[in-house]
Amino acid sequence: MNEQPLLGVRHLTTEFVLSEGKVARALEDVSFDVLPGQTVGLVGESGCGKTTTLMSVMRLLPSNGRITSGEIRFNGKDLLTLSEREMRSYRWKEMAIVFQGAMNALNPVMKISDQIGEAILLHDVMDRDHAQKRVGELLEMVGIPRTRGDQYPHQYSGGMRQRAMIAMSLACSPSLLFADEPTTALDVMIQAQVLELLREIQKALGLAIVLVTHDLGVVAEVCDSVVVMYGGKVAEYGTADKIYNSAGHPYTQRLLASFPDVNRPTDTLVFIPGTPPRLTDLPRGCRFEPRCDVKLPKCAEIDPLLIEPDNQHYVACHLCKGREAHFV
Amino acid sequence: MSEAPVLEVRSLFKYFPVRQSLLRRVDKSVKAVDDVSFTLGRGEVLAIVGESGCGKTTIARTLIGLEEQTDGEILFHGEIVGVHERRSHTGLVPVGSTKEEGLRSQLTLPHIALKRLRQRVQMIFQDPYESLNPRSTIFEIVAEPLVVHGIARERDERNSRVKTALEEAGLRPAEDYFMRYPHELSGGQRQRVVIAAAMVLEPELLLADEPVSMLDVSIRAEILNLLRELQQKRGVSIVFITHDLSTVAYFADRIAVMYLGRIVESGPTDEVLRSPQHPYTKALLSVVPVPNPRLRKERIILQGETPNAAEIPSGCRFHPRCPIASGECELVDPPYIQVSKMHQAACLKVSPQKSG
Repeated sequence: MNEQPLLGVRHLTTEFVLSEGKVARALEDVSFDVLPGQTVGLVGESGCGKTTTLMSVMRLLPSNGRITSGEIRFNGKDLLTLSEREMRSYRWKEMAIVFQGAMNALNPVMKISDQIGEAILLHDVMDRDHAQKRVGELLEMVGIPRTRGDQYPHQYSGGMRQRAMIAMSLACSPSLLFADEPTTALDVMIQAQVLELLREIQKALGLAIVLVTHDLGVVAEVCDSVVVMYGGKVAEYGTADKIYNSAGHPYTQRLLASFPDVNRPTDTLVFIPGTPPRLTDLPRGCRFEPRCDVKLPKCAEIDPLLIEPDNQHYVACHLCKGREAHFV
Repeated sequence: MSEAPVLEVRSLFKYFPVRQSLLRRVDKSVKAVDDVSFTLGRGEVLAIVGESGCGKTTIARTLIGLEEQTDGEILFHGEIVGVHERRSHTGLVPVGSTKEEGLRSQLTLPHIALKRLRQRVQMIFQDPYESLNPRSTIFEIVAEPLVVHGIARERDERNSRVKTALEEAGLRPAEDYFMRYPHELSGGQRQRVVIAAAMVLEPELLLADEPVSMLDVSIRAEILNLLRELQQKRGVSIVFITHDLSTVAYFADRIAVMYLGRIVESGPTDEVLRSPQHPYTKALLSVVPVPNPRLRKERIILQGETPNAAEIPSGCRFHPRCPIASGECELVDPPYIQVSKMHQAACLKVSPQKSG
């Protein structure tokens, strides 16, 4: 990739120390790039490490989580070398997050405008009047009438709460927005509205967006490139077109096949039997091996490296032919 | 079809009174279900599709007797369900003429008939994380319907019924699950337990309220396949409630699209998906995500949200959000127009079936 990435994640490994002294490796050797103004989809089943990736990049891991190796470059600067104080100046101003479950992420006893105002006042030197003006602008940007800023979250519908969360994340004009399952609990029409809103904001502000979701349909609608995660590792990574039209990893292929397509109804849907691996008890070889229906004998023994079968397309599977991928 | 349909709903209404305060009189009602009719044959799958607040869940709750309808009839195998049935089967005094009296006498009625109905109609709820009692073992959860209905009192028989239900729901070997608790299971397995508990009574009708919307996509397919298998093997009829047209496409025989308490379009799945007639159906269909970036298409995104069901717009209830509404739509509540033999839509802009 020629363009200087806005965010470059390299070989990121994150572990959690559990109560019995056990260690769960939530992420291992995760690498991907986010170019300015681009939308990247992080896809996978629950527990595959999508949210942990976001939290690692934001350095918001819970106290039992630690990043054991890797680099997180933001505009060329490695965020892992920063002090907590320096890191604070990156959060919200450079990268912001729309948390999962918009229904519950807002403070129920605080007016919407005050909640957004709080985010501004904490990070920007600005007086209250200016902050309130900015709140009005933000609300309008996400399609909420200014006057409704005086209301409380319970007076908002689910879609509006999600809009308010997006407005809040934009409070300090970040250049990178993480959206963690932003449409999961919403109806299809409201989902379409929220995705449209993200697209409009991206265009207007030149934002880069990392969209975390388990829904490949949503990713296909909005993403330029896709990172498919499985059991804490990158299974496949490439442009959206490569992922959807020439998927190399059996997991990606099954995931795509299990998606009901309204245009091509079939008799039976493919599904992936079994469950994702426990992070405390990972298979020795390929993490997908126990559920894979095209596995080779060596898959149980050797964890496959990331192969580059094609330009800007990376697959971690023994069945895939190509040169070994090197991320610099 | 010569045999009586499993389920027939005739002009069903369900209004919820809204009071400004406890003592004030009822001055408005939320018209959750506003004149809905449909039938369901044996082994048939009907999908009721619509956004939240369109009344789809209220229909299911009314069908199973969790709500009492305001008006209209529900017939299960040709028998009337609801207050009338309760009255006739218990031989108690008729329900009073006013709403309050009716409610009071209903509370004193032994719900024998309702219980009988609930043996034959079962509901699958949306969230397998919340619909299972965390303190019960899987065996207790699946056996509970048998206990409630006093079926299979013998220990051996009960065991075998629970075992069969779990295995039919794909939890094999069933004994491995008997003593486990819901928190030990994955989301997909929990939903299988919910289905086993519904199937243990061998019902004729399943009401599935968004059975897969809380699940990961890879597990959705698994649960949909299971429901389909049960429908084909057991001949159980299913009312499948969802907001997602893509899950319906492969599963339902017929689709009924609801908007603000009314079915606005209904017909065979293929036909409705291939040539939707109502502008609301067209919009819903256009926003279904397609899992291929090459096929990104023009979306019809409706602005705003479904209006408050206490203030249903005049004329066609969809006109304020309709992209093709004209003057007459504000005045005339559109009747159903027959598009083809089985396919109808309530829209003034739809042209009726050509004769011949």
